[in-house]
Amino acid sequence: MEDLSKYPLQLDGNDVPVVRFMNVTKSYGSLTVLDQLDLDVTEGEMVSVIGPSGSGKTTVLRMLMTLETINSGVIYVDGQPLTHMEKKGVLVPADQKYLRKARAKIGMCFQHFNLFPHMTALQNCMEGPVQVLGMSKKQAQERSEELLSLVGMIEKKDQHPSRLSGGQQQRVAIARALAMRPKVMLFDEVTSALDPEVIGEVTNVIRNLVNEHNLTMLMVTHQMGFARDISDRVCFFFAGKIEEQGKPADLFGNPQRERTRQFLSAVKEAD
Amino acid sequence: MFDWRWDFAWEILPRLLMATVNTLIAAGAGYAIALVLGLVFALAQRTPYRPVTFVVRESVEFIRSTPLVLQIFFVFFVAPQFGIRLSPWASGMIAIGLHYAAYLSEVYRGGLESVPKGQWEACTALNLTPMQSYFRIIVPQALPPSIPGMGNYLVGIFKDTPMLSVIGVAELMHTANAIGAQSYRFLEPYTMVGVIFLLISLPTAWLIRIFDAWVRNKMGMN
Ligand SMILES: Nc1ncnc2c1ncn2[C@@H]1O[C@H](COP(=O)(O)OP(=O)(O)OP(=O)(O)O)[C@@H](O)[C@H]1O
Ligand SMILES: [Mg+2]
Repeated sequence: MEDLSKYPLQLDGNDVPVVRFMNVTKSYGSLTVLDQLDLDVTEGEMVSVIGPSGSGKTTVLRMLMTLETINSGVIYVDGQPLTHMEKKGVLVPADQKYLRKARAKIGMCFQHFNLFPHMTALQNCMEGPVQVLGMSKKQAQERSEELLSLVGMIEKKDQHPSRLSGGQQQRVAIARALAMRPKVMLFDEVTSALDPEVIGEVTNVIRNLVNEHNLTMLMVTHQMGFARDISDRVCFFFAGKIEEQGKPADLFGNPQRERTRQFLSAVKEAD
Repeated sequence: MFDWRWDFAWEILPRLLMATVNTLIAAGAGYAIALVLGLVFALAQRTPYRPVTFVVRESVEFIRSTPLVLQIFFVFFVAPQFGIRLSPWASGMIAIGLHYAAYLSEVYRGGLESVPKGQWEACTALNLTPMQSYFRIIVPQALPPSIPGMGNYLVGIFKDTPMLSVIGVAELMHTANAIGAQSYRFLEPYTMVGVIFLLISLPTAWLIRIFDAWVRNKMGMN
């Protein structure tokens, strides 16, 4: 067991990041997927995560969504610990009750959408607000319809996911996540399962979110052009560590590390 | 010699139809118990509490590996020795309900396992409670693939109701036996019982197929 007393019970100060990974390690058996990761994301920032397959990109998001536990370190959201809670003046691993409260600030969109197939687009969006936030059906419907309009899916609100294209399903999934009013949105390769001709409709929705909303976003992507376009910062992951990070123009235009250069030239060739 | 007597058949028809009602009640009540208890068994086998999953899994296995008629006798004749005195009907419903619950729990289990992991992850991302996740998201998706199996066992439980005659439940078989014992005529009552079973089983199986298609369509799964 790690000594948790070296981690603060909460983050204080003027510029508390919305997300802070402090010394976070994740391993499956003997395989270390993330190795003492430190990562801050500030309010309203759009951070893209790029890197080779297996470098731990998805794992970072899944830990933040509390879909995975961590082996050491602490993740803070809004200055409060997410993975841990305070007990008698020290941090201990969070229990289910604490996690439920803490994860309310996080929303996530998945590569394979994961819409509820037995519900219409509108019902998918209303489920969380009604069941979790305790909103009235009427209020939840208003909010959901607003968001479905935002993602351009209002005409299809009464369709089941099986009647929608991949791009349309992903847009509904984004609306569904936004309906919970998260502070941080996570996107895990949300365009990877899509046909090339519909990728644009999803990236445009994300672009709008960046421009018009003060959301904090963390996006794993293989689309380098898109990441370069919309990110405030790009993190290049390699073997469970951030090998290099910086403004998109710097990281893509003038990478400092050999591994970054190799990766970028490899993906350029593949395009 | 083959000698079918229509007048006798007519005479016993009302009695057999009354018994048919009992058979349907027995099958319906037993099935209702099995549907609910089966889901409980299936969900219990998925709880993180090791002792619970172990006990339920072994019990289900035990019930599936022993004959129904033995279980019926057991509940009716052995339970009173533990101070539980039950009517033939109550014992019969408990035995047949438990028996089919064990089979249905396997059907549900398959259905639950067919729901992709991503659905659970979406539930977590939306912060639904485990209860909400199960009953609003996972179980509704586990049911449509379970319908054919559930339908088979509905017909199965119906066809197994004659076993209840061994403890004196006045269903079709029991009534046909009684008629035979009184009149020494067995051809008509047994033939008619067979026809009644056929006339109910076949349309039921057909309705289940229609219901299956309707549910799939309704849930947008086609
Ligand atoms: N449940 C698990 N059990 C064992 N190993 C796992 C598990 N989940 C992930 N891994 C391993 O962890 C490593 C990192 O996985 P992760 O999904 O974070 O990679 P990634 O950077 O998102 O890759 P990709 O670009 O292919 O999506 C991989 O080697 C993967 O095989
Ligand atoms: Mg990944």
